[in-house]
Amino acid sequence: MNTSLPRATSSHTQPDTNSGMKSYVIGFVLSLAITAAAFGTIMSNAVPHPWRLVCIVALCVAQLLVQLVYFLHLGSHPDQRTNTAVFACTGLLIAIVVAGSLWVMHNANVNMMPTHVTVQGAMSRE
Amino acid sequence: MSSTTLPVMHDHASHDTSSMTTLGFWIYLMSDCLIFAVLFATFGVLAGNTADGPAGRDIFNLRYVAGETLLLLLSSFTFGAGMLSAKAGRRNALLVWLAVTLLLGAAFVGMELHEFAALIHDGAGPGVSAFLSAYFTLVGTHGLHVTLGILWLGVMMHQVFHYGVDEVVLRRLNCLSLFWHFLDLVWICVFTFVYLREFL
Repeated sequence: MNTSLPRATSSHTQPDTNSGMKSYVIGFVLSLAITAAAFGTIMSNAVPHPWRLVCIVALCVAQLLVQLVYFLHLGSHPDQRTNTAVFACTGLLIAIVVAGSLWVMHNANVNMMPTHVTVQGAMSRE
Repeated sequence: MSSTTLPVMHDHASHDTSSMTTLGFWIYLMSDCLIFAVLFATFGVLAGNTADGPAGRDIFNLRYVAGETLLLLLSSFTFGAGMLSAKAGRRNALLVWLAVTLLLGAAFVGMELHEFAALIHDGAGPGVSAFLSAYFTLVGTHGLHVTLGILWLGVMMHQVFHYGVDEVVLRRLNCLSLFWHFLDLVWICVFTFVYLREFL
């Protein structure tokens, strides 16, 4: 233990720290830029209204990917493969839960009886 | 012979438990992710149900939200820098980075509490409409996570101060690092789908 630990730290940390700092700086700068772009999309008139939702969702996904890669170090590296697989499965579950809820409730709202029609009125028309 | 092989075995075993701990914590985070997914789905369904109360665009201040976002993003970066100090065994630098992260996190929670207090004061409390109930639940749950993260940061600073950066402390810091960055990910979805979407 005494002999293996210092060797491990000295051979690992130096390049690790440098490339690690670079990774955090890149991630931070990219995140700042994407955040500014997302707020700019809404707070300025640079993007026409129909495209705004598409634009902020795309920026949101981009920023999630940036932070997953540069901050959480998710990727195809052997150490990270299990984490990435678990994350992908969770992503699928989230997509099903969120998209399913929105879809079902949207349909329920669209097909709901209009408020000016009463139950009595609807039944007498049958 | 046993004295030469045993340390190696021990080292391997401890490395294994460490990576298993990280994986286990990651799986916990993913279950937490599902909680947030359900809250986001609820908010998405109820976002239009303002019950004649104020809508999001009447009560949200995007500049204020941008400030909160900046604080959380900065804290994510300072925590990352702290983790690098921890891996290099620089105890004092680590303590400074953790303290900065803690202050940024506390400032974020402070801003959020101030925002909530102002909303409730202006008659836009969680009881007014389904939209506001969903909003306070979603954003409040995130704020609660950050608050617990701050508590955990304080505990870890205490441990680093007293025990230095040993293997156990490093493992715990690794888990906290995942937790902290994860909260940043959730906040990205919050500012996009809760705040920005209101102003389309």
